[in-house]
Amino acid sequence: MNLLQIKDLDLDIHGTPILKGVSLEIGEGEIHGVIGESGSGKSMTALSVMQLLPEGSACRGEIHLDGMSVLEASEPDLCRMRGDAVGMVFQEPMTALNPLQTIGAQVAETIRIHEDVSQAEAMARAGEVLRRCELPPEDFPLRRYPHELSGGQRQRVVIAIAIALRPKLLIADEPTTALDVTTQAEILQLIQQLVREDGMSVMFITHDLAVVTGLADRISIMRHGEVVEQGDGASLHRSMTHPYTKALFAASSHQPERAGQRAETPLLKVDALVRSYPAARRSLFGKGERFRAVDGVSFEIKKGESVGLVGESGCGKSTLTRAILGLEAAQEGSIHLDGAQVLAGGQASAEVRRKMQVVFQDPYGSFNPRHKVARLVAEPFHLLGRKATEAEIDEALTSVGLTSGDKFKYIHEFSGGQRQRIAIARALIIKPELIILDEAVSALDVSIRAQILDLLADLSDTFGLTYLFISHDLSVVRAITDRVLVMKQGKIVEQGPSEALFSNPQHPYTQTLIEAVPVLPDADISQVETT
Amino acid sequence: MLRYTLTRTGSLLISLIVASLVIFFTLEVVPGDPASFMLGINAQPETIAALREELGLNQSPWARYLSWITDLVQGDLGTSYTYRSPVSEIVAERLVISLPLAAYALALTILIAFPVGIWAATRRGSFADISVMGGTQLGIAIPNFWFAMLMVLVFAINLRWFSAGGFPGWDEGFWVSIKALTLPAISLALPQASILARVMRSSLLDTLDEDYIRTARAKGLTKGQALRGHALRNALIPVLTIIGLQFSFLLAGAIIIENVFFLPGLGRLVFQAISQRDLIVVESVVMLLVFAVIMVNFLVDLAYSWVDPRLRGRR
Repeated sequence: MNLLQIKDLDLDIHGTPILKGVSLEIGEGEIHGVIGESGSGKSMTALSVMQLLPEGSACRGEIHLDGMSVLEASEPDLCRMRGDAVGMVFQEPMTALNPLQTIGAQVAETIRIHEDVSQAEAMARAGEVLRRCELPPEDFPLRRYPHELSGGQRQRVVIAIAIALRPKLLIADEPTTALDVTTQAEILQLIQQLVREDGMSVMFITHDLAVVTGLADRISIMRHGEVVEQGDGASLHRSMTHPYTKALFAASSHQPERAGQRAETPLLKVDALVRSYPAARRSLFGKGERFRAVDGVSFEIKKGESVGLVGESGCGKSTLTRAILGLEAAQEGSIHLDGAQVLAGGQASAEVRRKMQVVFQDPYGSFNPRHKVARLVAEPFHLLGRKATEAEIDEALTSVGLTSGDKFKYIHEFSGGQRQRIAIARALIIKPELIILDEAVSALDVSIRAQILDLLADLSDTFGLTYLFISHDLSVVRAITDRVLVMKQGKIVEQGPSEALFSNPQHPYTQTLIEAVPVLPDADISQVETT
Repeated sequence: MLRYTLTRTGSLLISLIVASLVIFFTLEVVPGDPASFMLGINAQPETIAALREELGLNQSPWARYLSWITDLVQGDLGTSYTYRSPVSEIVAERLVISLPLAAYALALTILIAFPVGIWAATRRGSFADISVMGGTQLGIAIPNFWFAMLMVLVFAINLRWFSAGGFPGWDEGFWVSIKALTLPAISLALPQASILARVMRSSLLDTLDEDYIRTARAKGLTKGQALRGHALRNALIPVLTIIGLQFSFLLAGAIIIENVFFLPGLGRLVFQAISQRDLIVVESVVMLLVFAVIMVNFLVDLAYSWVDPRLRGRR
């Protein structure tokens, strides 16, 4: 008898079908990976088990959890089930905790709702649960508030809330997606350890095949609200038959083809750059200390080269990017683009700025939603002091695979991948030398990401572009760059040709980073049709 | 927490000093001589000059500012030009009406707005929610003096439950006085409650969409428990801001309602003092109101840090 049995589950939200005949079984002590791209219905499947669906949802089919029919249960019964028989961990640790309550109180609450214990006893037990999640009360007192913890530590608190009552089933919805690679590795290890100790079952939802292949006993692949393939975690990459599964594997390890035509002249030259901020003052009158976000960074990028900059959150990547773009002045050091100083007299000259453009992570947030695409794409023309011609807008849009008719539309009419294409078109339109890609593909699904990487490689070949590719995703950086810089605490700790650096990292920090990256087994993707 | 309180106190003092300067020197440039007002148009120039001397109006503005402010700090508000009695007494007489009236109106505002706002938020998009939104729109749009007169017609003239106006004085007994302030307080509270209910509703709706409410539900809390335990306190922050603004407004902004109900409150006092160029009364009352506004904002700031641990600074 399986612990969780989902049979022919249909879900409509306000009449729109979201799930279509989903069937899924999770045995006791089994880790079941549910994989799919955004909109595939994987989170909705989890929320159906919890019955925490958005308003206007209607479920049909069967969900049995440990002998209980979830779809027929009353709301009080479901409340008794949630948190006790099933615990849930969410994607965004920064917002999943109540900012106004201490971590101790939030963990203790799970215990107090389900068991008749005193506040003091619940707190004592909360301390023990947090210790199991490697937040021992000696180092992390129960009276800490969430804002006093890092993202990874907060995720441990969320896990502690979920496992406080040793549930039979843990649902983890993208629990490591928002975390750095090393933190991700630690959290994955913690979940595995807890599973081993408690013998609980896990429904592990992720978009990242590599995360789940080393972890899951079984895997379900979802697309458009349906389960398209199920198989053993260890062997799915060999036994898969469905074309979508194969395409997913192919896209995850996609390597764009690049011609690579490098000149020897340096395009961007960063020399001993220092950017510091005033740190929090300890006393009212004491001399303020300064936090060096970028601490003596030097590097060069040659014309036509594609360079990756990797590092974990808070390492100074973004500060460095802002300095290169001339958005913030640095205290020491210099930045030259094509021989000219980027910031001259505190002001970035249009002459220099027009030679570089940037593409950000969130394509939607970087566009004014009230302007049409033609105007959005033509924005950089203020650097040239003239208006864009229709022909230039059309050319920019077609070069990123859109049509010239798209210029009359608004940004909300496009999908995430198309928006990122528009962002690239905006960067390309004034024919810059250097494009800075700041986590430009991090928010995209793997298949879309593969397409964008191909596009970037094509564009680089066609226009002889130089890329500075900033990302926390090492596999992507490895696929698209010639050379990599590894940044830690404001310093570049290691740099070298991508292949050499990834296969033979020298610095201990680079080694830790690369070890933490989940590896996808070599899949048999020979039969994938290219679409 | 201590440092937060200290910096807040410092900015409070600076605000008060700046406000006193602005008030004093603004009134300096207002045309009209208090002495000639007091003596009427037919007064002899010598008499006016003598009175100016007596009132200290011949001194330099800075000297008068300094003597005003030193007296003020010692609790001496000076003597009214027209009433010929200490300003502190006059203001105190008015304050015993205006302060309870403002507090009463604010209490009603909160008592109405909180339940209505919460009720509407938990029934988003339902008929109840839509009626609350429509009703509060009406409450904001209706002029409160018109509503006040309507209430006088219904409750004082037709039903005879309340008197139509006036204030018997606190000596007549607590409940009698409260009764006299009830209709004015309701008139003042109606638009304020409508505003606050809408703020409460939208703030709570935002909070209910937060991820940590989902976390709370996943722990096994019912909708009601999640609302009480996790949403309400988070939703309170914008609501506190509005409450602070409303109290300051109610203290001084009741002038029309005071006129409708013949209440000798602060608003009417200021109005009369301005038209009679009784500058010392105007200065003192305005200073007092500024003090009240700044104090209320200070308390609201402290309340923020009580509600939100992130403002208490890192330990």
